[in-house]
Amino acid sequence: MPTPIDRAGVQRLREQGAQLVEVLPRPEYEQEHLPGAINIPLKELNREAAAQLDRSRPVIVYCNDYQ
Amino acid sequence: MGFEQVYDYEHGKRDWGSSGLPREGTATDEPSAGDLARRDVPTCGLDEDLGAVRERVRAAGWDTCIVVNDRNVVLGRLGRRAIRGDDDVTVEDAMREGPSTVRPSIGVQALVDRMRENDLTSYPVTTSDGRLVGLVLLEDAERRLG
Repeated sequence: MPTPIDRAGVQRLREQGAQLVEVLPRPEYEQEHLPGAINIPLKELNREAAAQLDRSRPVIVYCNDYQ
Repeated sequence: MGFEQVYDYEHGKRDWGSSGLPREGTATDEPSAGDLARRDVPTCGLDEDLGAVRERVRAAGWDTCIVVNDRNVVLGRLGRRAIRGDDDVTVEDAMREGPSTVRPSIGVQALVDRMRENDLTSYPVTTSDGRLVGLVLLEDAERRLG
């Protein structure tokens, strides 16, 4: 299970090289996303898509809010 | 999938945008209140005397002051009239409580529309948890619209 993290935690982990992944659909990502985030829509989240991530670095996933 | 360090930013993009932090994407091309907010707006605390605050505010070239607590959460505002009060009155007694605020993510057009509707020339810009980002002025927003 992913560990919940708040805004300050995101900023701290980004400084340490964490990877940001927005799991919303592509159009929403293109409109607005966190700096440096990549897009892997939830429906496309599989081993192949995850292969673009560095397993040695923390991964932060997010969407719009709690949903 | 074999990842050892996975975190869930539960509050997500909405929380990030409302805090005034940088964003990327096509929708961020329009300037927002966070981009326009003047970060140097003076602040003061509830217990300060008006005379000392007024001196500080005017020395900084302002005629208004945002009242905040020790976590930078907005509590009130001293406007032009209030700040001219007696020297020994406390900020708490002189301020207007709970001023209207806007989030940093509101676009400049929507911001100008809201200011005109409410006949206001400025808004404190605050994060979703009430912390002060700065003060956005109608003149700055109108200038940006061109």
